[in-house]
Formats: sequence, structure tokens, C-alpha cells
Amino acid sequence: MNILSYLIPISLVLGGAGLAFFFYTLRTNQYDDPEGDARRILSDEYDDKPKQD
Amino acid sequence: MSTGISACPACSAAPAAEDLAERAAQKDARLALSLPTIHCAACISAVERRLAAEPGVKSARVNLTLKRATIEAENDVTARQLVEVLEGIGYEAHELDAGTLSATETDRAGRELLMRLAVAGFASMNVMLLSVSVWSGAEDATRDMFHWISAAITLPTIAFSGQPFFRSAWGALKAGRLNMDVPIVLAIVLALVTSLWETTLSGEHAYFDAALTLTFFLLAGRYLDHRTRAIARSAAEELAALEVPRVTIVQDGEEREIATAKLVIGDVILVRPGGRMPVDGEIVEGRSELDRSLLTGESLPVFADVGQAVSAGEVNLTGPLKIRATAVGEETSLHRMADLVAIAESGRSKYTSLADAAAKLYAPGVHILSVLAFLGWYFYSGDLRVALNIAAAVLIITCPCALGLAVPAVTTAASGKLFRKGMLIKHETAMERLAQVDTVVFDKTGTLTEGTPELTNFDGVKPDDMALATALAEGSSHPLSRAIWAAGKAAGVQPARLENLREVPGYGAEAEYKGATVRLGRAAWVGAEAGAVTSTWLKRGEAAPVALEFTDSLRAGAEEAVSALKAAGKDVILMSGDTRLAVEAMAKRLGIETWVAEALPSEKAARIVELEAEGHKVLMVGDGLNDTAALTAAHVSISPASALDAARVASDIVLLGGNLAPIAEATLTAQSAVRRIKENFQIATVYNIIAVPLAIAGFATPLIAALAMSSSSITVSLNAMRLRG
Repeated sequence: MNILSYLIPISLVLGGAGLAFFFYTLRTNQYDDPEGDARRILSDEYDDKPKQD
Repeated sequence: MSTGISACPACSAAPAAEDLAERAAQKDARLALSLPTIHCAACISAVERRLAAEPGVKSARVNLTLKRATIEAENDVTARQLVEVLEGIGYEAHELDAGTLSATETDRAGRELLMRLAVAGFASMNVMLLSVSVWSGAEDATRDMFHWISAAITLPTIAFSGQPFFRSAWGALKAGRLNMDVPIVLAIVLALVTSLWETTLSGEHAYFDAALTLTFFLLAGRYLDHRTRAIARSAAEELAALEVPRVTIVQDGEEREIATAKLVIGDVILVRPGGRMPVDGEIVEGRSELDRSLLTGESLPVFADVGQAVSAGEVNLTGPLKIRATAVGEETSLHRMADLVAIAESGRSKYTSLADAAAKLYAPGVHILSVLAFLGWYFYSGDLRVALNIAAAVLIITCPCALGLAVPAVTTAASGKLFRKGMLIKHETAMERLAQVDTVVFDKTGTLTEGTPELTNFDGVKPDDMALATALAEGSSHPLSRAIWAAGKAAGVQPARLENLREVPGYGAEAEYKGATVRLGRAAWVGAEAGAVTSTWLKRGEAAPVALEFTDSLRAGAEEAVSALKAAGKDVILMSGDTRLAVEAMAKRLGIETWVAEALPSEKAARIVELEAEGHKVLMVGDGLNDTAALTAAHVSISPASALDAARVASDIVLLGGNLAPIAEATLTAQSAVRRIKENFQIATVYNIIAVPLAIAGFATPLIAALAMSSSSITVSLNAMRLRG
């Protein structure tokens, strides 16, 4: 039964990490243009870093 | 507010703040363009690259989901210039009014609901994991520990995720009403209290998982509901944003573009042919014809000359007009008419939605049942703990989980289906009301017809007269001229060779042909007697004038819509502000038996109120300002996207395409949606009939509650999905 003292915290932490990650995606407007984002990966122009001004 | 002595000292700071805001706006302009034709990755990068290459543009970002581009640019970059640039590389673009759009940019309420939903989902998964262990045989200290961990997860989660329900239930109770959220909150709170109590006493049953799944499913329903409405709202706002409120004013002999909101009385405004009057005013220069159909329903253009009053919403047809503003903003007749609509009692406020009706039956029933179970067990066993446990079980098992999903799941599926067919459902109960309709009232001009005329007596006109008329009509932007030109071109008429062709604004066109003067225009100008039918006249030298007659061309799908509605057993009525002859001809053409002509806006609304009083459920389809009162008075209303803003706001459903055919189909979809909603209520009831006796008899366990809740929710969602096809 001692195994429980590991497993329960682990499951909570993993679930919590997923939740935190979802919050992050929500806060950074990643659901504003799902269709466009799905197509942008096909584009050759990488926009994975900030634009050089 | 800027003049005079300020009543409050702080107000003197306001102009400075406005100034600051204006300067900030001048540094960086945010422009929005609608791009209806983009569809692929290549389109995105082509548009973004082209826009970024334009001098003054700082950044451009395309949103493919909304088919929209947002551009940050220097202040001297205009949207018109960018539209031209994009059209140069083959993409259709329209300017959107950024002010109208900004309202929906961040959907705060939706995001908040989604957060609560995510937290509830996370917690219910974890608690379910622990509950499954308990159900599969965890005992003694292990079971207690699982219950305590569940409690530690559940209590804060409910406190956060349950807020929408707590707020709504509290609001209802404060107003002395019962809504669906009252039994929900009661079930959740009672489940938590008894479960905590059981846990402290090392009891066997705890309902933490049930309280969480209940919250999760209900939030899912709430979110679906919210999203359906948010989509409709943003689409409606995009329609409004397409009409950019900007006018050209003439000041000190110079033309300048300013925002309509900034107009003041006395400004002289230039309205070009094809433009709409932005405000009420008086013509100070120019001569033209006005299309007043949006205000009155008349399809015949009206002659306009210096000194004549014009109303906002009228369309200038032939010559440029300069008008002096006599009323601006909320003082215009257009606005006053729109205000009337707000006062008129609307059909939608009288309607009780199916969900509310169900809640009215359901909420007291459940409360009474659970109180009876509590009292019965208390007097039978004398044990408060047992009695409270059973009362909680009854509340949880009867929980309106399926009821909470029953309506939103169906309306989401049905609205999505109609949206793909080009119909935008704006109001939440529009679908339910549409299903009840038995009488359909159509407006004529702009609704059943496109508002563009069509030549009818082509065969009655001599070929060489037609050749002359076609030549005279060439190059004019007047709708009748364009109709002649189109008819001539379609029949392969060779336009006659004319000399000195010139347009006389407000009257027609004139030219020399083989030494004689030929004219095409108004009856009075060519010396003819004006008839009842929309017509223009051709006069050749001294010969008698020849009439060219017109009728309004039908909107696509009008015939199908009318015949399908009649086939479905609905009464179809034509109601128009146009002349008797024009309305009668249109009614005959479409096979509509009942028609009303020369109806004033108030008469239209009164007739609809009369029909409603006779027990009919009326669907009003209209586009003009003269229809707005009728649109509001009707049980449910539809307007085409080309309608005036005020009419679109007044109606429940907007037709996005030009086609009317989906109307008949929409009534069928609405009927099957309502059938599904009722089926869902029945399914939920059947579950309750099985589960409630178990709960009252004291056999219900958390496992049975979880099974009943999940399976009824899933069945209800699956039943709703059947609509999609």
C-alpha cells in the first residue's frame, strides 16, 4: 500500500501540469485561429521567433 | 460637453485625456480587412508578404478562421489603399470598421467558462480515479484517505468552477423565482455537505465525484451555448463593420473624409451616385434621383432637386448631390424609427423557452420529492444521517445534468447546420420560435426582389428603338439604364452610333442621332404621361415617346421559398409599401393569395399584431427601415444581409447569402430541433423514473449515481448529434 503515497501525488502532479499547460495556451491566444495555424505549418516562412525590427 | 463651465472639476482633465488618446491613435493605426476568398496556406503568406511590403505597414497578420487581416500601420496608410493592393494580387478585400469589431476581439466570458470547464474536468478525472478504487473494494483507512483526498480536490474546484451556477441561482432566489440553477446548486451543496459528514464518520458513501461530474457536464452545456451565441454575434458584427461610417464633407471648397459620428449640423456633405445619405439634410447643390425603397418600400426612384429634404438611408442614384446636414446622429429620422422598434413589444420577450418551461415544472418537483424522502426516512428510522444521505442521493440522481445539456447540445448542432446553409441564428430562442410558425409575411422590395429592375417589354419595342435605348443607357449608373443595357446586351442588340451623349442628372440621357435629338428618361421630360408601372421613355425627334417597362427582378430562391412554405401548409402574405399594381403583379407571379399594398410602417406592425392576436405565429421576412417595427412585433423575424443595419438588429435570423431558399428548409430544421429537445427531456425523465425509486428506497450508491448521470448525458448528446447530417 506504500506505493500509493508515490502514485497519488504523481497522478495529481501530471494532471496539474496538463491543466497548467492548457491555461498557458489559453492565455496566449492559441485558439483564436485554429484553421490558420493548421495551415501555417505548411508555409516555408518560419515565424517561430520574434521579428527583427 | 466641451463648452461652458464644467460642473465637476475633474472633467477639465477629460479633454486632455481624449487628446492623449487621439495622439496615440495617430501614431499607429489598426486596420482590419475582410478577405472572403482566402482559403489556403499560400493565400496567408501571399497576403501577409504583400501587405508587409507596403510602405508604412508595420505588421500584418491573417486570421484564416475569421477570414480577416489585422494590420498595424502608420497613420497615413488608408484601408482603401491596402484593399487596392490586395485586389492587385487577386484577393477580394473589404474594409472593416475597427471600432465596431473591437467589441468582440477578446471573448472574456468564453475564456472564463473554458477555464472553469478545464479545472472541473481535471478534478473530476482525478476524483473519479480515487472513487473507482473505492468502488472496487478499498476499505477502512485506505477508503478514508481516498475520501479525504477527494474532498481536498473537490471543495476548491467547486468553489471556482461552480461560480456561474451560484451566481445565477442567487440572482433567481433574490428575485423570488426558481430557475434550473437552484436545484443544481442545492444538489451540489447538499452532496458536498453529506459527503464531508460521511467522511468524518468513516462512512461508506461519498458523492464527491458526482458533484464534480455534474459541474463538468453542466459547464460543458453552458460553454456550448455560449460559443453558439458568440459565433453568431461576431458574424453579425462583421456585417455591421463592413459598413464603414465615413463621409466626404466639403469645407472651404475642399473635400475631406471624416467619420460620420463627427458630423455637425450645417456641414455640407458630398454624396456620390450610389452612395447612401448618412444624415438627414437638405439638398444645396445638384439634381438627381433617390431610391427610397429602404425607408418606404417604394420601388420607383424619386426626383430630387435643390431645396428638397432628404432622410438618412436614402440612396442617391444619378448625379452627385451636396446636402447640408439638418439632423445628425441620434436625431436623424432613421435613428428615431429604430428607437420606435425598441419601444414596440417584441415577440421574443413574450416567449418562454423550453428549458425555462421545463425548469418551472422540474425544480419544485425535485425539491418536494427530496424533502419528502428526507422526512419519510427521518420519521421511519429516526436517524438524521440516513435521512440526509437519502435526500442528497435523490437530488443528485435527479440532477438536471441531461436537462442542462438537452437544449444547448441540440441548438449547437442545429445552428451549425443552418450556418453552413447561410443562416445566422442571432437570438437564443429563435430556433424554438421558428418551429412554431404558421404564417409567413414577406416584404417585397429588397426582400423578395433584389431591388434591381428588369426590362419586361423587350419584345414590344422595335429593334432600332432598342438599339437607340441601349446606346443611350450605356455608361450610366442609373438602375433602369443598367437594366436596359443588360437586356440589350443579352439579346445581342448593336447599340446605335450617337453623338454628343450626355447625362442630365435627375432627368435622363440625351444625344444626337442622325440630326435629331433623342432622349431617354422621365415621363415629364420627354412629354409622356406617367403610368403606374415602373417605366422610362424613349423619345426620338418629334415622334411619340416609347415606353420601356420594368419590373423588379426576383431574388434567387424566392419562388422556391414561397412554394415550399405553401407546400408545408403555411399561410404566405405579401406586405409592401409599394403601389397596388406593383404588389399585385408580384403576388400573382409568386402565387401568393393574400397581399397588402401601400402599407405604412405602423400598419405593417399593426397587421402583424392583429395576426398574432388571432393566434397565428408569424414569421416576418423584411429588409427595410419600414419593416423594423414589423420585424420586432412578429413572433420570429428574418432579414437578408443586404438589409439596413437597423433591420438586421431587429431580426432574430440573418440570411448571409442572397438566396431565400434556405428559409423553408430552416423551418423544417427548427421543427426537428425542437423535436430532439423534447426527446431529450423524455430521455432524462425515463432515467429519473428508473433511478428515483432506487434513491428513495435507499439503494442508490455513488456508483449508480455516476452511471445514471454519465449515461443520460451521453445519450442526450448523441441524440442531438443526429441533427447534424
